[in-house]
Parts: sequence; structure tokens; C-alpha cells
Amino acid sequence: MTFPARFDFLDEIREFVAQVAREGGFNDKEIYSLQLAADEAASNIIEHAYAGDPDADFDVSCDVYGDTLTITMRDTGKPFNPSNVKLPNLKAGLSERQIGGLGLYLMRKLMDEVHYISNPNTGNLLTMIKRRG
Amino acid sequence: MEVTTQEFKHCDLIKVKGRVDSSTAPEFSKALDKANENGRFKIAVEMSELEYMSSAGFRALLASQRNCKRYNRGEVVLVAVPVRIREALELAGFTELFKTFDDPVIAVGSF
Repeated sequence: MTFPARFDFLDEIREFVAQVAREGGFNDKEIYSLQLAADEAASNIIEHAYAGDPDADFDVSCDVYGDTLTITMRDTGKPFNPSNVKLPNLKAGLSERQIGGLGLYLMRKLMDEVHYISNPNTGNLLTMIKRRG
Repeated sequence: MEVTTQEFKHCDLIKVKGRVDSSTAPEFSKALDKANENGRFKIAVEMSELEYMSSAGFRALLASQRNCKRYNRGEVVLVAVPVRIREALELAGFTELFKTFDDPVIAVGSF
């Protein structure tokens, strides 16, 4: 499915993922995790890859095979290299706490696998995988 | 998302309902900032009817906590945090940055 790169479509993206996950037999806790991971991924695309370009869009797929749910997101925005994102220091006190990188950190915690491929011709492809508990 | 602010003698009780994501977090932030602009730095955020919060909401809470705790003038505490949101806050390492209460009356009374 194609979604406009706008924050007001995050609700629809989360609902799309939840519906597939529910039909695939994922439980409420897993569904919340999938929604949160999809939201963080989409928010990053909208905010960073497209830097708020209101005419941009991106493709989201969500499929279950057996006990495995796979979410992919494909955008043609700015190339993204996850190794350039500093991991948040969760032990840092209030004043030193950096908030950048939290979305990517949560995605990795919530999903079993997170892969990025950035290609100058085809754009960014994010693949996230979660297995049913 | 819906945010309402109730002023008590010693603190503000800010109730946030529905879903806080990148789309709605700016409005949530605004309610927190508004309290600060009114000279109110003791804030209890009531979440019993909050369905969802992404890191955009966490960021708003963190910014407000920094602002409120400056000069020891106050603090943000969280009230009735639903289990899924609590789990996400824990994953993000946020639970140690905020006192949490189950009951709004006790939270308001703690200030």
C-alpha cells in the first residue's frame, strides 16, 4: 500500500499493520509492538528521508507467512545508513539524555530483525521481521 | 488525542487521552509548555485513557521534565500508565526518569 509521507497517516499505517497481525494470530502485546515499530519507521521516513516534503509518498507492505510477520517500507528519499545513527545512552541522566536514535533503537528492540538497504537507484528498503511468541 | 489541564493548588493535572504520535505530539507538548508559561512546573500527566504513545510523545515528556526540574522548581510525574505504554517507556529507559503513581489523587497530593 502507498501512503502519503505525512504524520496524519500514521494512524492508518498502524491500523493496517494491526489488522494483518490480528489475522495472523499475533497477541495484543505483539500487535502493540508491531504498531510502534511501524510508526517509528514511518515517522523516520517522513521526517528524515523526505524532510517533510508534503507531496512525497512511500510503500508499506505487511505479510504473515506461518508464524512470521514481515513489514517492508520503501521510500525514494534521502539515503539512510543506520550505522550513522548514534545509539541512545539509556543510562544517561536527565540532562545528558539524547533523544535522537530512539525510534531506531525501539524498532530493533521490538522486532526480531531490522534490515536497511539503501540503493541510489531504487531508494531505501527497510525490512522488519517479528515471529509470533 | 485530547489534552485537558486541571489546575490544583500545588500542581497541574494534565490528562492526555487517545493516541500520541508524531502527528499529535506537538499539541501534547504545547499543553506541557503552556503550564510552564503559566509558571506551573509541578505536573502530573494522567494517562488512564491513553491508548498509544510513540517516541514522539516520550520526547515531549523528556523536554518537559528537563524544563520542570530546572532550578529544582518542580517535576513531571506520570499517573495510571497503561501496561503497553509502560512497557515501551521501560524499553526506552524512561521509567527511571519519571516517578509513577497509580492514583491521580495520590499523585496530586505528592507535590
